[in-house]
Amino acid sequence: MSETLIGKRIPKLDAPDKASGKTRYIHDLEVPGALHAKILRSAQVHARIVSIDTSAAKALAGVHAVITAADVPWQRPIGVAKDHLPLKTDRVRSLRDEVAAVAADSEEIAETALRLIRVQYEPLPVVATPDQALAPGAPLIHPEPHGADSSPHLKSAGAPVAFAGKPDNIAMTFEYAQGDVAKGEAESDFVVEDVFKLHYVTHCCMGISGVIAEFDPNGNLLLYSNTQVPFLHKREFAELLGIDPARIRIIQPPIGGGFGSKLDIYPFEPIVIFLAKITRRPVKMVFTREEEFLASPTRQPVLLKLRSGCRKDGALTFRTVETVHDNGAYTSWGATTPFVMMQTISSLYRVPHCQYLTRAVYTNNPYAGSFRGYGNLQATFAVEAHMDKLAEAVGMDGLAFRLKNAQDPGEVTPQGMHFKSCGFKDCLATAAARSEFLRKQAENRARWKDPNPVKRGVGIASMLHVGGGAKIYPSDGCGTILKIDDFAHVTLMTGASEIGQGSETVLSQLVCEELGLPLSAVTVVNNDTDITPWDVGVHASRTTFIAGNSAIGAAKKAKAKILAAAAAKAGVPENELSLQSGYIVRSGKEKLFELGKFLRGLHFSDRAELVMTTFYYEPPSKHQDKGFKGDVSAAYAWATQVCEIEVDTQTGIVRLLKVTGAHDVGRVLNRLGIEGQIEGGIVMGQGYALTEDLMVEGGVVKNPNFRDYKLVTAPEIPEMDVSFIETLDGEGPQGAKGVGEAPAICIAAAVANAIYNATGTRITALPFTPENVYRALHGAAKAPAWSAAA
Amino acid sequence: MPAGCDIAFTLNGVKRELNVPAGMSALEMLRDKLGLTGTKYGCGEGECGACTILVDGRSMNSCLLFAADCDGRELVTIEGVATTPRGERLRDAFVANGAVQCGFCTPGLMVQASSLIERQPCATETEIRRGIEGNLCRCTGYRKIIDAIATAATEKSHE
Repeated sequence: MSETLIGKRIPKLDAPDKASGKTRYIHDLEVPGALHAKILRSAQVHARIVSIDTSAAKALAGVHAVITAADVPWQRPIGVAKDHLPLKTDRVRSLRDEVAAVAADSEEIAETALRLIRVQYEPLPVVATPDQALAPGAPLIHPEPHGADSSPHLKSAGAPVAFAGKPDNIAMTFEYAQGDVAKGEAESDFVVEDVFKLHYVTHCCMGISGVIAEFDPNGNLLLYSNTQVPFLHKREFAELLGIDPARIRIIQPPIGGGFGSKLDIYPFEPIVIFLAKITRRPVKMVFTREEEFLASPTRQPVLLKLRSGCRKDGALTFRTVETVHDNGAYTSWGATTPFVMMQTISSLYRVPHCQYLTRAVYTNNPYAGSFRGYGNLQATFAVEAHMDKLAEAVGMDGLAFRLKNAQDPGEVTPQGMHFKSCGFKDCLATAAARSEFLRKQAENRARWKDPNPVKRGVGIASMLHVGGGAKIYPSDGCGTILKIDDFAHVTLMTGASEIGQGSETVLSQLVCEELGLPLSAVTVVNNDTDITPWDVGVHASRTTFIAGNSAIGAAKKAKAKILAAAAAKAGVPENELSLQSGYIVRSGKEKLFELGKFLRGLHFSDRAELVMTTFYYEPPSKHQDKGFKGDVSAAYAWATQVCEIEVDTQTGIVRLLKVTGAHDVGRVLNRLGIEGQIEGGIVMGQGYALTEDLMVEGGVVKNPNFRDYKLVTAPEIPEMDVSFIETLDGEGPQGAKGVGEAPAICIAAAVANAIYNATGTRITALPFTPENVYRALHGAAKAPAWSAAA
Repeated sequence: MPAGCDIAFTLNGVKRELNVPAGMSALEMLRDKLGLTGTKYGCGEGECGACTILVDGRSMNSCLLFAADCDGRELVTIEGVATTPRGERLRDAFVANGAVQCGFCTPGLMVQASSLIERQPCATETEIRRGIEGNLCRCTGYRKIIDAIATAATEKSHE
């Protein structure tokens, strides 16, 4: 047998170029003749636009176009709820709102032109919190149809009525119920209730947002874009422009980080397309970092009330959850994260009775998008705090209490999620044992009254997340085209996007494993919608699972064809042949043909046709019904993380010392890649827990820069001990499950439990910055209250 | 338009003479005038390190340096670092240790690491961590970057 590639440490194929500064990101691309675009954003948080005067800007030398909503009466709304016009008509609803845009010979000229645009606003009352938004008589954020409002130019025939408006400020609601929570509560010996407050953070991709748009003389649109969802966005752009989606081609240059931020289209993209259409020139726009902070999406802030109970024997009885999400002024994916949150509420642990209600509420704040973990950080933060509190109430240790309620393989939860492979109990036991969780927890607790102001704490938390794609769309498919030339060189054309996570490497690895070839034999093409097969985008930790199965399918087809031809040529039974180390081998050892030579023969003999196509769609299973019952993924990922911290009670400074993680990943494919995903996720979770805080006051982002928005830096990272639980999922590629989001999910929850273990104080609001922790420890913090105008 | 400045400097070992606007940063000069796009714009205010270059052997944020102030100096960018034996060693270590994901911060880290191990060939883990604290990375969690720099620092035989 040739040596397997599975589980090995495979360096990323694109790493040498990236480390040499040779990789050309969108910011590095120069299209000859391109104009540079800049956007004028609102100077008001909430206001009526009285007038816009662009005449001075238009008169500036080097300016090719200045546009406002009046210039694009055919624009259509974008976003998940189609409540967002790229260029605002009569009203601005947040400080990021796009009022006008300029295309000029240079960025400097465009910048100068912006300063010459005069906008007159009439301020409206600012809705700064969901509480204010839900109060009786609150100003409405979307009071009337956009596009058919007071602006006369939008009343012209054929102008689309964009959005019907909303009679209240509720953007979206989710309700879910299983069993009977009143019965569950009646059966409970212990009941706890808390309100949790989760804050604003944002993605901070190092590669900031950008786009280049260009029309050819036939009206075909070429877009260089950082999108994570090229195929579905083609349709969105086509609807926006009223053109055939087939006339849109999206090329994704290497992407400087995604983390979910590029899952939606944002106004700057249509606006650049409008400018390209109007000027008939290529137009490029790249954000500044400040703009990235102000005008790219956030993780959704949530106020969450959780009531849970259990019996004396430790069995959970019920959970009642109500949440209010600050949706911001427009609806992007953030509003839909309750869909993921309810899975953790209902199915991370066995809970017979659950009730869940959430409302995403419009405010004049920045709007929330999709961000690694997708609501699960918030839900896990609350659920795992209550697992600790109930364990303490019952008098069980936190590990035994969790093991008692943890899911087993084969279970179908009341929500209808089917856990075919499930290493949850192994994750719990492994992380607890490797970190000596129980011993340390007892020791730390015994030191609560110790005079030393610096305390140690250890906390545990676990998570459940989709690991086999996500049935968000009617299909979760991904296609592959695989061709093999006469030197046994393979080109893998996949619908899966590379955003830094290493998909092109792991897909190559899976193909080479089937074909017995070295990784150097593969070229991956994954960034051009005119070439690559259809896919629903990189999200939901789905790429290795879905695109991996698709790539394996194509490689298997190629292998079958090659072996059939070899069997015929050598006159031996096909089932005795295999592909190993670049040879066609009989009985596992006898080299019959060198693969490259054999393929050359096939190509010249006209019988090769070594172009394989496959599509993988998630296996048939019961999709969720309207009550959210059913399966959301073909497989589920599990993890437990134990966090060890030090709290200085005199300063409130919390240091994360060590994270011991155990992850059910199905199977490790690329050990180097999976370690990188998990370490990066842990540190992102650390930032969410301890340092990151997008401060929004009255709709104004107070800290749109890296000086005041604190990302974790190298000196602060914890020691990381990561174990892999290999449950070999039956449907996964080589048994693997998705892992991209998992490692970021439990850190904040585990740190909260560790702070309690260190100090005896439970803090239910994030982030754990020195100021917030100090206040909480010294009785100066107000615990989050459930008012929410409910 | 303000008058430009005539400057002369060495860039990656080659003498250059240029006229630059007074307000232009070294980063803009490198990327927009000279086409050296390996040096990245990450924040424009010296907080992220993506634009790190060597100026007379010292690592600096090129976004905070005026192009005009490059007159008479010796500049080395990632394109220059990558072709030195130390740069090649670092590149191989970054690749082998999995220190690269999206890669946007990587050129700045490569330059910073090159400067670090030149100054401190026997840098400890703590010194490496402190040495790259001005470089932000959102993907990797830094662990593998630290390992890569330590690997390159210990493999001195190539130089």
